[in-house]
Amino acid sequence: MTALPAPTPGPAVALLGLGVYRPARVVPNAEIVDLIGSSDEWIRTRSGIETRRFAGADETVVSMSVAASRTALEQAGIAAEQLDCVVVATVSHLLQTPSAAAMIAEQLGATPAAAFDLSAACAGFCYGVSLASDMVRAGSAQHVLVIGVEKLSDITDPTDRSTSFIFADGAGAVVVGPTDEHGISPVVWGSDGARYDLIRQEAPWPVKVDPDPESEKGSHTLRMEGNPVFRWASFEMAKVAKQTLERAGLTVDDLDVFIPHQANMRITDAMARALKLPPHVAIARDIAQQGNTSAASVPLAMERLIADGEARRGDLALLIAFGAGLVYAAQVVRLP
Amino acid sequence: MATTEEIRTSLADIVNEVAGIPADDVQLDKSFVDDLDVDSLSMVEVVVAAEEKFDVKIPDDEVKNLKTVGDAVAYIERQLA
Repeated sequence: MTALPAPTPGPAVALLGLGVYRPARVVPNAEIVDLIGSSDEWIRTRSGIETRRFAGADETVVSMSVAASRTALEQAGIAAEQLDCVVVATVSHLLQTPSAAAMIAEQLGATPAAAFDLSAACAGFCYGVSLASDMVRAGSAQHVLVIGVEKLSDITDPTDRSTSFIFADGAGAVVVGPTDEHGISPVVWGSDGARYDLIRQEAPWPVKVDPDPESEKGSHTLRMEGNPVFRWASFEMAKVAKQTLERAGLTVDDLDVFIPHQANMRITDAMARALKLPPHVAIARDIAQQGNTSAASVPLAMERLIADGEARRGDLALLIAFGAGLVYAAQVVRLP
Repeated sequence: MATTEEIRTSLADIVNEVAGIPADDVQLDKSFVDDLDVDSLSMVEVVVAAEEKFDVKIPDDEVKNLKTVGDAVAYIERQLA
């Protein structure tokens, strides 16, 4: 029998470039509060959010991704035609098919790169980085573009008290590719479908022919059970973060930066306490200005830390992202 | 077996650590939300810390029934019994 060629041990892999897109319109809490009978102070104390950004009609999942990706490619010094795969983590590309990834690849000039969307909610970016790293290691691709993008304002109910002030829009992208020194640790990831209903799209997209018109209950917007999610994210995810450091052979003292999914400032604070992060570790707090942008939040927060001078290229950063599913993923990376 | 007062004292320390409320204010008749200004997210942190401290389980569904410090102390006592 003829053996098929096995992949040869691959090169060292790292994040080579980072780019983001923040929508133009800044939305303060004052614009949100009337519809939920709340106040700026309540939102700040419960979530740490001061403003968020909502994309306009001309800022789509595809256009925001393309803008973020161009910056990432430029920083990586990679031309779009060198990309072998485009992975897009999102839950707010509102077409079931075709993927956003194929359209984005085409607009970037990356065709015929492989392209697909990945549904892992707020954990999607970290899932994508793990897949991309493995693809490059295994030889399936040399350069992979990983995008986290959301336009959650399209699927958020502005009258829902548990989510309307949290969710927001934006995009972030990284180029993953070969380098001299490995810069992406093994992933620790998983799921817990028993808690499927804690964060969820309430009803499926309407179907054209529904034999039972009464079956369409609730809207297609997002719903969340805040307190159980807070408990899971703050405490169980801190354990996943510790496992990730162990797998990477590191301790919190080795870290320069902590970039959790920007879900809620209170979750970030509780995780930081549970991890006993030393004072020298910079903690991402992009949520205050950006809101919770689901799959886009980790690269957006990464960019903010670097832009503000709190983190530098080459710093060791613990990434952890978690969300609807429930699903989660974490890894340590060297910042691009 | 811890006494009611011992459980209250330990719980008061936890509330102090999580929410910065003076431990002496954490008395059995006090409501977490109305008297002590412990919001729902801080309450989750108090519950998780109490689970570790007393080695008990306090499920999410039970948390909403723990309105006062006395409710929480009584729940923990029943779990330890």
